[in-house]
Amino acid sequence: MARPEGCALVTGSSRGIGAATAVALAGDGWPVRVNYRSDEDGAREVAAKIEAQGGSATVVQGDVADPAAVKSLLEPGEDGPVLCLVNNAGLRLDGLSPQIEDEQWQRVIDVNLSATFRATREALTPMLRARFGRIVNVASVVGLHANAGQANYAASKAGVIGFTKTVAVEVARRGITVNAVAPGLIETALTEGIVGGELEKGIPARRVGSPEEVAACIRFLASEEASYVTGTTLTVDGGLSA
Amino acid sequence: MPTDVSTDNVEKVIYDGLVELGTERDELSREATLEDLDIDSLDLVELAQIVEDEFGVELKGDDVKDVKTVGEVIDLVVSKAG
Repeated sequence: MARPEGCALVTGSSRGIGAATAVALAGDGWPVRVNYRSDEDGAREVAAKIEAQGGSATVVQGDVADPAAVKSLLEPGEDGPVLCLVNNAGLRLDGLSPQIEDEQWQRVIDVNLSATFRATREALTPMLRARFGRIVNVASVVGLHANAGQANYAASKAGVIGFTKTVAVEVARRGITVNAVAPGLIETALTEGIVGGELEKGIPARRVGSPEEVAACIRFLASEEASYVTGTTLTVDGGLSA
Repeated sequence: MPTDVSTDNVEKVIYDGLVELGTERDELSREATLEDLDIDSLDLVELAQIVEDEFGVELKGDDVKDVKTVGEVIDLVVSKAG
């Protein structure tokens, strides 16, 4: 069955894994909505790169922590309904558990987990009608294995993994797949200050990963070829959690 | 502009929606059960969306969880609109 007309939305795609994912999906023929919260220049650069490669991109502002913004990001537009959703926007506000403030906890849950739920809920209606959909949630190895100082981040990412599995079984019979990727240490703004030195020695690959290496996995999970892969979490971590 | 929520209009939209979801038109009646028509929980989610688009009436999960027949769906939409 040919892929129905529709577009891809990558939340938080002005840089890092999101930006690389937007470019990769455009390479698969998806018109891509490049979402940003504050880095408009970054988002425009990503869109320009996509267009330079012959793809189609629309830059859309919106803070995924705001439920109304999520709704608007998912509205069907000239590029059709969103039939490929990558819930990538995320942040970390680290601290040891006894010192995590309520606000630190809530903000991380809002952006990493609740936004993933709300965007997925909005996306599912057109996907159900189309009998086709691809949802890829960006989790983390920290959602699978402990990392001191990231209790809020770990809870949000473990939540994303549980959410992914449940939604996957709910909608599998409609041709919609829902998967997660669990990146390890990837060179992005999110890992600034923690990458390098001793930490890399603990990774079997002896190096950090690139956003493009994660994007390649997301691209596969979003492809028509991955039609029988659902409810899974693909770790992309150079062997860190093996 | 939402369509007028008369019983006749709702019946037409629900019947058309059920046909779109794969039900044979000659199997449709107010007494037909959703189970007999092979309408599953995801079909009901889609039907609720069709109803919302057409009439502006929002059917939540709790509203439809006890609905058994096509007639009950129609009556529910009409009563929610009132």
